[in-house]
Amino acid sequence: MRDGATIAAISTAVSSAGIGIVRMSGPEAFFIADRIYRSKGDKKLSEQRSHTIHYGYIMDQEVTVDEVLVMLMRGPHSYTGEDTVEINCHGGVYVVKRILEILIENGARPAEPGEFTKRAFLNGRLDLSQAEAVGDLIAAQNQYALQSSVSQLKGSIKNEINDIRNKIIYHTAFIETALDDPEHISVDGYGEELRGVVEKMSARIGRLLESFNNGRLMKEGIRTVILGRPNAGKSSLMNILLGEDRAIVTDIAGTTRDVLEEHLNLSGISLNIMDTAGIRETKDIVERIGVDRAKEQAQQADLILYVIDSSKDLDENDREIFRLIQGKKAIILLNKSDLSMKVTKEIVRKAYVSLNVVSDINLSKNEGNIANSNKSDNNENGKNAFILPIIEVSARSLRGIDELEDNLKKMFFAGNLSFNNEIYITNVRHKNELSGALEALERVKESIDAGMPEDFYSIDLMDAYEKLGNITGETMGEDLVNEIFSKFCMGK
Amino acid sequence: MRFSANSVWVSKDEYDVAVIGAGHAGCEAALAAARLGFRTIMFTVSVDSVALMPCNPNIGGSSKGHLVRELDALGGEMGKVIDRTFIQSKMLNKSKGPAVHSLRAQADKARYSRTMRQVLENQENLEIKQAEVVNILTEENKVTGVQILSGAIFSCRAVILCTGTYLRARCIYGEVSNNTGPNGLQAANHLTDCLKELGIKMYRFKTGTPARIDKNSVDFDKMEEQFGDERVIPFSFTTNPDDVQIDQVSCWLTYTNPATHDIIRRNIDRSPLFSGMIEGTGPRYCPSIEDKVVKFADKDRHQVFIEPEGLETNEMYIGGMSSSLPEDVQYAMYRTVPGLEHVKIVRNAYAIEYDCIDARQLKPSLEFRNIEGLFSGGQFNGSSGYEEAAAQGLIAGINAARKLQGREAVILDRSEAYIGVLIDDLVTKESHEPYRMMTSRAEYRLLLRQDNADQRLSKIGYEIGLVSEERYQRLIKKEELIQNEVERLKSTNVGTTEKVKKLLESYKSTPLTSGASLAELIRRPELSYRSLDEIDVDRPEFPDDLREEVMDQVEISIKYEGYINRQRKQVEQFKKLESKKIPEDIDYDKVKSLRIEAVQKLKEYRPVSIGQASRISGVSPADISVLLVYLTM
Repeated sequence: MRDGATIAAISTAVSSAGIGIVRMSGPEAFFIADRIYRSKGDKKLSEQRSHTIHYGYIMDQEVTVDEVLVMLMRGPHSYTGEDTVEINCHGGVYVVKRILEILIENGARPAEPGEFTKRAFLNGRLDLSQAEAVGDLIAAQNQYALQSSVSQLKGSIKNEINDIRNKIIYHTAFIETALDDPEHISVDGYGEELRGVVEKMSARIGRLLESFNNGRLMKEGIRTVILGRPNAGKSSLMNILLGEDRAIVTDIAGTTRDVLEEHLNLSGISLNIMDTAGIRETKDIVERIGVDRAKEQAQQADLILYVIDSSKDLDENDREIFRLIQGKKAIILLNKSDLSMKVTKEIVRKAYVSLNVVSDINLSKNEGNIANSNKSDNNENGKNAFILPIIEVSARSLRGIDELEDNLKKMFFAGNLSFNNEIYITNVRHKNELSGALEALERVKESIDAGMPEDFYSIDLMDAYEKLGNITGETMGEDLVNEIFSKFCMGK
Repeated sequence: MRFSANSVWVSKDEYDVAVIGAGHAGCEAALAAARLGFRTIMFTVSVDSVALMPCNPNIGGSSKGHLVRELDALGGEMGKVIDRTFIQSKMLNKSKGPAVHSLRAQADKARYSRTMRQVLENQENLEIKQAEVVNILTEENKVTGVQILSGAIFSCRAVILCTGTYLRARCIYGEVSNNTGPNGLQAANHLTDCLKELGIKMYRFKTGTPARIDKNSVDFDKMEEQFGDERVIPFSFTTNPDDVQIDQVSCWLTYTNPATHDIIRRNIDRSPLFSGMIEGTGPRYCPSIEDKVVKFADKDRHQVFIEPEGLETNEMYIGGMSSSLPEDVQYAMYRTVPGLEHVKIVRNAYAIEYDCIDARQLKPSLEFRNIEGLFSGGQFNGSSGYEEAAAQGLIAGINAARKLQGREAVILDRSEAYIGVLIDDLVTKESHEPYRMMTSRAEYRLLLRQDNADQRLSKIGYEIGLVSEERYQRLIKKEELIQNEVERLKSTNVGTTEKVKKLLESYKSTPLTSGASLAELIRRPELSYRSLDEIDVDRPEFPDDLREEVMDQVEISIKYEGYINRQRKQVEQFKKLESKKIPEDIDYDKVKSLRIEAVQKLKEYRPVSIGQASRISGVSPADISVLLVYLTM
């Protein structure tokens, strides 16, 4: 637990669904709500009774963001036991996300995974049996958050942050070496040089913040993974969807050995699309690593596009893939449908059902989540109903690509495909840390300009270092001491 | 070690505390225990080597000076002894912020050692005995006594291990290896086996020291003279500053050069470090000259400080050139340094290897987790430095006494003292080298200044019983004066009078357009509390013995208020987690949803608080959350 701060989070799935809820809990919840809420009568939320609902607008300075219903619950009579404000807004990715950001800008901080529940527990709002599950929840959600926090970050962004961090620690280490060993190393007049360095770092962080605001920081979008046996035509499909030759396509099975990742906007739906190595048993080490990565990606995917080479019979590897897509939202594509088809929709259905006897329950659970958009593919087979959409396509003749796009849209607008909540939360969290780092560097400049001694610089330099580390998931530990010893010669 | 039955003799004298070792840790430990009223016996392999300084001839230095002041504020002895025996003193980093000001004094080694020995000899309840302890006697994991080489047994209720670098010590230079302690003193070769039998995990560390040379063979004309401060500030808060304004001696600065480095490079294969003859892990912060030359190959010179070892000896210390190269190489390399062309070496440089422990086996009280009544301090715990040793010795001595008193252990946290940082690091973090204190290790260093060590710690020292009533009352008085003065300066406004204008002009400070408080003026970099004397008509008169201290504190607390407040806030957060204690008998296997790695680490370290748990590498924030929830259940 970090502090008694007021926390905020989006508590509904971020999707195109009708309504989104942003929740805020903590001692300043009402105060923050007052600052961003306007109603006709100019009423103050903090003066309203508990458990009441208010109609009004969320404002970003003078700009109206959305028309909302705000529910007020005073502690201890709320889920968390603290003052809680729930903002019901119009759904949609942008609005929900923007409201969360406004709350953060006004003093709330992004909630940690499981934090609402944890607070509820710590404030005695949950009984023991519920509480026992809290630990699991926190552990699981944290694991997930950590994964997504780092994995959602674009490689280039991560490198940029690491590079800035390396610069910070280098300069701090220099100052610290001089302080610890003043007779060997002098840091006099270092402020001037450091100011230039800090100036440049601030500009770089400023650019990162900008790209955040433009949504370029994170790999946002529905995580869509293309799976299939080697040479089923996954890379061709990726290229068609992207409209460019991004993936290398050859006739040789196993050409794609790593995960290729691209962003795609399909009729306004944001897809983060990943081409993977073909799934097969292999002794080639490099290829096997690729296969393992493909499986990993499949587990984290919001949507799987399973490409089958319909000109070849199903085999053991397909059995493996059927297992991977269990419990997942998936679309099955029968590729090479322009050739003579050995695998038909019927064959796939039968194979899938027979291979999945063990996991009937999973399968039937899955049904509810999956769009009923493809009723024609429904099997009457009771609880073993197989309802994954199957589409015949041809990467060569572009046959069926329109149908695939239609299917995707249907799934999304029916609310069956959603973004990963966590992406937005971490996204906001990252922005928060970037701003914090920028502020810390500003303070370094202030200290330099005010003629403060050099040891004051390192306090804020390390603050910036730590905040940037929170984004890349790295802690400080012994970094400074190690840097001092490895870069500078010190000692008796 | 085994004895035949008739060689065992049990001393009839009974002791409360046995201290093993009479170095800087041992001295403080023994004094603390005896002063708190416990019959204490201190063992040393040589009574002539009490409080010996086998390496550099100084006390203090960056962050180490902080340790000495803190130790003094708690009622330790080191500060008082160095104030009586120093021959040069400097406040380091004086041009930097107050947090990194640090005192460093050159000691007259022989006088330091003799003076400390006298203090020990005259201490009530304390007995010094020359003997090598070979066994720690325990019953049901509880200390009952110690046995010395002769076979004699001394029973006691607590033991404090302060063996320094003596356990299975081995001195090495070139191909020469001697099984002795520092300065050719007898090593303690038996105790390690006993400790291992007690289940204690041992490490082997290495450190080194440069050569001592004959002053008459040095050409000082080729060196830069280094003077002490004009006005010396004492280490101890109890020393009258007027008593330390002595005639100081100088140190000398010279440099290595490419010729020096060339000799080292050409003979590097003869270094026991590079040939693999030394197995211990050496410190990165105190590299030998051969390490520096290899690692920082781009530097064509390194500083060398020639420092006197005392007033009654011609020996001098070559700071910056510790080495374990063979004797002939040592001669050749030292003689390339300007001023040392004809140098005579009195004692060779050497590396020393010794047994120490993995300090993570200790509680923050410095008592072993699995052996009741067994404490340890100093280099034995994997630290390095006289000051680090003394600080731990004091805490170990205090806590051994408090254990016997049935009182709660004194544990300083990271926001209270450098000593807290030192011990927390030692018992929490895995270390692969001797640990040295550094200001960058202290997160809240703006609060942990050397100038306010008494305000931070003397109340604790008073409660422990090592700080006198008189000293305590003086502190209370001092704090009151500071507080009143700060408040007065914040609420006293000065207008735009001619006098104010003139004063600001004379300091090139921006003129006032409207009134401002005196505090606001003090915050300007070009102004200070003392410089505003003329326009501050109501300034109170402070008592003589407190005046300078009070004025310094007033100045610092106003000038750096913004930064200080920010650190205070951080400390509040820190304290919250620190105050959440973890029960000693917690069964981590029963804490659901902790990750396996975290369970292993927590079982190994058994942290006392959530705060300490959060600093263990391998314990994630999520694990801490889970633990918090579990503790609430």
